[in-house]
Amino acid sequence: MGELLRKLESIDRRWIYLVIFAAVVIPFLMNLKLPVGKHSPSTTAVHDYIEQLPPGSVIQMSFDYSPASMPELEPMAKAVVRHAFEENHRILAMTLHPQGALMIRRALDEVATDLNKEYGVDYVDVGFKPGGVAVILGMGRDIIRVFEDMDARGEKLSAMPMMRDVADYDDIALMIDFAANSLPLAWIGYAHERYGLQIAAGVTAVMATDLYPYWKSEQLVGLINGLKGAAEYEELVGAPGFGVLGMSSQSIAHLLIILFIIMGNIGYFVTRRASQNRT
Amino acid sequence: MIVQFFVPHAVGTQGYELLLQWARIVGAFALVLGIGSLFRTHWDKIRRRRPQYGYSAVTLLSFGLMVWAGIVYGTGEGGLGQRLTEMQNGTAFEWLFDNVQVPLDATMFSLLAFFIASAAYRTFRARNVEATLLLVTAVIVMLGRVPIGEMIYEKMPEVYEWIMQYPAVAGKRGILFGVALGSIATSLRIILGIERSHLGG
Repeated sequence: MGELLRKLESIDRRWIYLVIFAAVVIPFLMNLKLPVGKHSPSTTAVHDYIEQLPPGSVIQMSFDYSPASMPELEPMAKAVVRHAFEENHRILAMTLHPQGALMIRRALDEVATDLNKEYGVDYVDVGFKPGGVAVILGMGRDIIRVFEDMDARGEKLSAMPMMRDVADYDDIALMIDFAANSLPLAWIGYAHERYGLQIAAGVTAVMATDLYPYWKSEQLVGLINGLKGAAEYEELVGAPGFGVLGMSSQSIAHLLIILFIIMGNIGYFVTRRASQNRT
Repeated sequence: MIVQFFVPHAVGTQGYELLLQWARIVGAFALVLGIGSLFRTHWDKIRRRRPQYGYSAVTLLSFGLMVWAGIVYGTGEGGLGQRLTEMQNGTAFEWLFDNVQVPLDATMFSLLAFFIASAAYRTFRARNVEATLLLVTAVIVMLGRVPIGEMIYEKMPEVYEWIMQYPAVAGKRGILFGVALGSIATSLRIILGIERSHLGG
């Protein structure tokens, strides 16, 4: 028995990989959807802010992520896009990440088609623009000029009905940054602090700790935190999707990791007691 | 730039606009420089037959393929990609992005789950009080972030929120203040000529 308990301290990592693989894949195959539970105040804050905007408001969305973080960020991006469209808001989509241009199409076009939204009237995609902070600052003066009067499809921005009402940040009711990097900090530091643009962020769970101080200081109107935040938002807009489905896998995977930690500690204490008894 | 932030005079604003344009142009050229550097590094590795140069060859081939797909067939609708598969709309570039880059990139990131599970098992040991505190916090955060945590203990999400909103924010703010003060001090040392190590002095 003692030997068996000692072995718990050094389980072959391949077994851990195998168990985690099964824990992640099986809930997807079984289409297992556990209830998401209580919604985080930071997620609800984003939802409530969009709810209270007058219909027709322009919401700017920056899709600053790549396929690596897409499983975590795309569900929340789709849920927020759906919410904005359902409330009859208009969307100005952009990215400061080179791979974000195709992320916009994946997240935006599908929902827009689903809800019969018209390009140029209900939403515009200005695509990727290099320059980071310079782009953020420039948009505060003249959005069309920063993008050289051209959208991601090569069409003239100034000819689009939606862009007639959009000159600079004064015409943007809310800016949401979906990011797996430090760009939300640049949006807060330059667009919010300089131009007073209201900002929300949707980020990967590992990044959320960096942004909680900004939400607490009201420099962010809200924060959608990882896959859990995505699942919560999907529930809030009544469109459960990949976020809710992913939470089941994450639940079981987290539980198993905790189980492995407990097993490792049992092995550690048994080994330590045995070595103390020997000395 | 700092002066015009506080004094919005026409002269300052014009200079600011000009600098912003320069910054955007430099940003675009930085992409070109990055591509040039990537090409030179990997080409050099292949030419000298350095260890694992095969990966460099794959990098350059993939790079060339994406550039070829983007330039020759464009990024609009109705390109080669549409002919490659009837199920997928878009161009060759989009087809390659959706069917090669997205799964490869997602796979790389997904490996984190396995490494984190293995690392958590090996490192979270209650060796002393500090390690035990870290372990307990990690377990609460892991449980608080998933629905099953709420099934185990109803208030688990609230405990998680408290950890994130108070101890985590306090720690993070401390780090932020430290970094900000350190940056100001270093900047002042460089501006005043006290710090010259970046010049090789």
